[in-house]
Amino acid sequence: MKYETVIGIEVHVELNTKTKMFCRCSADYFGKEPNTHTCPVCLGLPGSLPIINEEAIKKCIQIGLALGCTISSKSLFERKNYFYPDLPKGYQISQYRWPLCIKGELKLDSGKVIRVNRAHQEEDTAKLTHQGGESLIDFNRSSVPLVEVVTEPDFSSSEEVREYAQKLQQIFRYLGVSNADMERGDMRLEANVSVRPEGQTELPPYRVELKNINSFRFMVAAIEYEVKRQIEAHEKGEKLSQETRGWNEDKKETYLQRSKEEAHDYRYFPEPDLPELKNMDQIKVDLPELPSKKTERFVSDYELNKQQVGILVESIEMADYFEKVVEAGKQNNVTPVQIANYIVNKKVDLSVDPKQIINDIQDKTSNLISDDAEFEKLAKQAIEENQKSADDFRAGKENAIQALIGGVMRLSKGKADAAQTVKILRKLLE
Amino acid sequence: MNITDLTLVETIKALENKDFSEEELNKAYLDRIEAKNADLNVFLEVKKNSKGIPAAIKDIISTQFIKTTAGSKILSTFIPPFNATVVDRLLSNNISIIGKTNLDEFAMGSSGENSAFGHTKNPWDIAKVPGGSSAGSAAAVAADLAVFSMGTDTGGSIRQPASLCGVVGFKPSYGKVSRYGLMAMASSLDVPGTFTKSVADARLVMGWVSGSDGMDSNVQEIASPSTSLRVAMTDLKGIKIGVPKEYFGEGLDPKVEKVIREAIKKLEELGAEIVEVSLPHTQYGVAVYYIIMSSEVSSNLAKFDGIRFGSSREDFGEEVKRRIMLGTFALSSGYYDDYFAKAACVRTLIKQDFEEAFKKVDVIVGPVSPTTAWNLGEKMDDPLAMYLSDAYTIPASLAGIPGLSVPCGFVDGLPVGLQILGKYMDDETVLDVGEAYEQATEWHERRPDLSF
Repeated sequence: MKYETVIGIEVHVELNTKTKMFCRCSADYFGKEPNTHTCPVCLGLPGSLPIINEEAIKKCIQIGLALGCTISSKSLFERKNYFYPDLPKGYQISQYRWPLCIKGELKLDSGKVIRVNRAHQEEDTAKLTHQGGESLIDFNRSSVPLVEVVTEPDFSSSEEVREYAQKLQQIFRYLGVSNADMERGDMRLEANVSVRPEGQTELPPYRVELKNINSFRFMVAAIEYEVKRQIEAHEKGEKLSQETRGWNEDKKETYLQRSKEEAHDYRYFPEPDLPELKNMDQIKVDLPELPSKKTERFVSDYELNKQQVGILVESIEMADYFEKVVEAGKQNNVTPVQIANYIVNKKVDLSVDPKQIINDIQDKTSNLISDDAEFEKLAKQAIEENQKSADDFRAGKENAIQALIGGVMRLSKGKADAAQTVKILRKLLE
Repeated sequence: MNITDLTLVETIKALENKDFSEEELNKAYLDRIEAKNADLNVFLEVKKNSKGIPAAIKDIISTQFIKTTAGSKILSTFIPPFNATVVDRLLSNNISIIGKTNLDEFAMGSSGENSAFGHTKNPWDIAKVPGGSSAGSAAAVAADLAVFSMGTDTGGSIRQPASLCGVVGFKPSYGKVSRYGLMAMASSLDVPGTFTKSVADARLVMGWVSGSDGMDSNVQEIASPSTSLRVAMTDLKGIKIGVPKEYFGEGLDPKVEKVIREAIKKLEELGAEIVEVSLPHTQYGVAVYYIIMSSEVSSNLAKFDGIRFGSSREDFGEEVKRRIMLGTFALSSGYYDDYFAKAACVRTLIKQDFEEAFKKVDVIVGPVSPTTAWNLGEKMDDPLAMYLSDAYTIPASLAGIPGLSVPCGFVDGLPVGLQILGKYMDDETVLDVGEAYEQATEWHERRPDLSF
């Protein structure tokens, strides 16, 4: 029998707000001394009360709008009750029946639409570290704002999941609401995976939740393993059931974390410590041009191919840079296509002056320096002649590199390729 | 002059007149505590100050660097790193903490007997309960062991012990005073309030502690409270007072009823118009309360999971365990709609009962408690009988409206309190009516005989 895969995805993204979701401790916890960003509220001490962070609410609304969601005019926080050492109050303040953003979508490159069920606001837990026989709790992360984006079970392959997750990550970064770094745990993926006989329209009577997987690659591998495991089980006539599984990267297999019997009853109820969120749909937030729109515009306005555009719009900084160079190229009749080719092929560093890129493209046919050894000699000389700029750059002053680029240009009498110059300078200065 | 007889207002005046010093004031109270606390078990901890005006604080209100136990073994060694907002506000008004008072564990109880640290006794008769849960705070004021005290009221925990101990107990509107630093029992019901020797004292303290602190999102910024001492109303002309027939039904001790009826007659003599009103959903109050309160309890007490506070969950007392179990059940999947959600709907009906009644009247009066103080141990084996003793205080808690208990007489030597309820956020009118009644009667001047 043939089977098809049914997958729904839950993404948690940590917002980069200044302060935490329900207290005014700094939310910038990464790499900080444990338990230094804490107060009675995020430690869950008796008598403490939560206060809503409006910046987080705005960022959640931005995410919702970027995904085409409806913003609920009335929204409520609820308590999700469960016991875990990383949860100091014994419940997480989350949203359940009245999420902030509902019913959105995200389109994949194939044109397939993934329906977004909701984007809601909640708080992160503390961080547990297990050392030897001991478990350590760092409350710096406790109550950092999280947004959870939940899809309908619309994915039918691990590749679709990867594309969705990457697109979502790109949107978070465009919005500037999160670093969305998987390895750091800014962005976390959970997949609900099941399989059903091909042609069957109703959802399978079970789903397996894949949790605590911290990279796109591992998630894809876990889904593929899981699909295989489930099909084999079906073929053997085994009954699959609701469970939570993790990924063992060493053994390249999923493993059981929690079975249906151990499933939590979260006993959600409206958070009595917080007022209802009212008129949320009236809140004004700014949205940048999003990757999908930008892609369309770059393709139609600049007549570029989709693959190039994909690279150019990868980050908002890259896209802005490209457009600056296009602007600079207008007087010199350098076309967007030439610029796109140059930027993509040379992997241009964004600190290069756009005018210099135009010069380079124009000089491309003329006699640019091609010998690496000679190039390096010029670069070293430029650094020696301008030690101060070199020191400044090493101390973190990005702009100081401009003076050194100028030096190399002067020494080479304009025959150095700017993109190449930056690369060599960076290498020498590291 | 006996220093410990004075009200807060009188004490402040006496200090201004240099009739005695703050040191003498504190010494007078500390001496009295020294003499009487062992018999009454009012204080869990006494602080020996020589400055400020001594007030007692219910031990569920967080005090920085002073042990705060909530009357529970589970917090028997807990020292909070921060003050509750009400404590901070008192301290900045020259109030000092003379001690932390005994209470039913996590404010769960109506008799004071659920404390892990022994029960408090009623100063009017040490064989009787003082009421609860703010047992120690009520007894402290009744026995003149503090100038005034702070308590919390979730379903009657200020008004009921005030009634049983013969002192003035005031529960402000929910959202008038910050709950920050109150160890939560039921977050949508908990309200900090006062035990005082006069209504004017209650008004003065409320002026200090009311208003937003930026820490409790449910505090409303409606009408800033008056901090000045107002000239008391001497009559009640033009005031309409509602008497709910549901508060005079089965279960009300006829002797208590007689005292309350006399008090209502007194209000009429003072010029008030007495109107019968109906609060038709009163009979569902206790049931609704025990579902909503216990649901919130089951969540609020989850933090005492044995990981952070040094004690295991086995250290919870019987009543606390009972409510955690009840609430966990009421919120469970499959039961939520039948219990919690339905209770939330009926809560709205109870709120609407009051809104309807307050279209016709300015305040509502009735008994606080169906009986006077009962014998220690009498209801300990019958939780339901204990729960029903709060039938007249619970509806106002569910509605979030202000409520006052003011001494209005005695039955067989035990005090009876008159309950005055007001419109949401109209705390002032409740205090006005209470004060006019108090000025016209002498019940509040009586003191228990502590020569046991």
